[in-house]
Amino acid sequence: MPHVSMTVNGQAAKGEIEGRTLLVEFLRETLGLTGTHVGCDTSQCGACVVHVDGKAVKSCTMFAAEAAGATVDTIEGQAAPDGTLNTIQQAFQDYHGLQCGFCTPGMVMSASALLKDNPKPTEAEVRSYLQGNICRCTGYHNIVKAILAASGQDVSGIAGGIAAE
Amino acid sequence: MYAFEIERPETVEEAIKALSRDEAQPLGGGQTLIPTLKQRLAMPSVLVSLTGIAAMRGICTDDAGLLCIGGGTTHGEVAAGADKFAGLAMMAAKIGDPAVRNRGTMGGSLANNDPSACWPAAALGAGATIVTDKREIAADDFFQGMFDTARDEGEIITEAKFPVPEKSAYAKFEQPASRFALVAAFVAKYSGGVRVAITGASESGVFRWTEAEEALGRDFGPGALDGLHVEPDGMIGDLHGTPEYRAHLVGVMTRRAVEAAR
Repeated sequence: MPHVSMTVNGQAAKGEIEGRTLLVEFLRETLGLTGTHVGCDTSQCGACVVHVDGKAVKSCTMFAAEAAGATVDTIEGQAAPDGTLNTIQQAFQDYHGLQCGFCTPGMVMSASALLKDNPKPTEAEVRSYLQGNICRCTGYHNIVKAILAASGQDVSGIAGGIAAE
Repeated sequence: MYAFEIERPETVEEAIKALSRDEAQPLGGGQTLIPTLKQRLAMPSVLVSLTGIAAMRGICTDDAGLLCIGGGTTHGEVAAGADKFAGLAMMAAKIGDPAVRNRGTMGGSLANNDPSACWPAAALGAGATIVTDKREIAADDFFQGMFDTARDEGEIITEAKFPVPEKSAYAKFEQPASRFALVAAFVAKYSGGVRVAITGASESGVFRWTEAEEALGRDFGPGALDGLHVEPDGMIGDLHGTPEYRAHLVGVMTRRAVEAAR
């Protein structure tokens, strides 16, 4: 069986794979990083979004072999080692940006990709960027609010103006 | 998925050699092929990944002023980097979603020729030249019907060359679940004439709406399209829209593209 090695959350990672092993399977099953979720497994829901060489991708629609030598970042690498949440994660907590939480890893990784390219997005830009991330609790308003808050913008006018306590 | 091997060549020559193996198939960004493999609708023994070939990635302008895009260039890279060709950047920015655009490639989309895909409309609407490892093929000859192209088995789309128009736009009526085009129009105005390509509508795949091209060539404005329509005969009918509905959308989306052209 072929080997693959890559850098995951700043650490060297390697393992045996098959040609058909998906990146998400390698992350979850070989590396035990189960924070990246598989929602639909048909490239639609975005629960499996991770960053490969800094770009958001759906890890259910990329083979592990294609990530050989790449730098991969997952939800596990977002908080500080002592557990302190990063700005986006903290904003999701503050603004109740999750209900069941299943889509959250993908939402946070997509949000982080967006804010890296566009540090002060408009509400419309946030909603457009999240086209490939589905929340089946339909909690979109608070997700959008959390991302705008994480970008340091006033969110009092978003979706009815309910502010965080 | 059935089992297969993956090869990751770094040059076109290595890729061609790998593709000469039994039941080998090229893999672009995989945004169509991987879901197809998951459904066991394809059974290659070897997948030859083309995304590691550096020479097939990127956007540049050649000596003749053509915009040259490498076959392995992603939709996202075109959306961000084709600023001298507004319609092309507009088209690439509307494919799928951001994560899909970070993986899906121009070459993969052109080779697949999905009847509802965006890239075939751009290539045909711009009169692009498709460059493979063996030859150059005019877009007018390349697309040969639903999921069918002039590409031979094992032939790799290394590049496409786009003449840059004076004005262009892409207007897409999205099928909201898949984000493929229910119907979309690519309009490009050149000094020598106007080209209009329609995707998502016809059972024969992407096509040029020549009547609209002639009318817009005389007078490039939405009014030129008054009274023009395509027949529902041969249009796609499915749960998302009847042939009559799609025929109607052809006119609507072409008009919107003309209005948006810059």
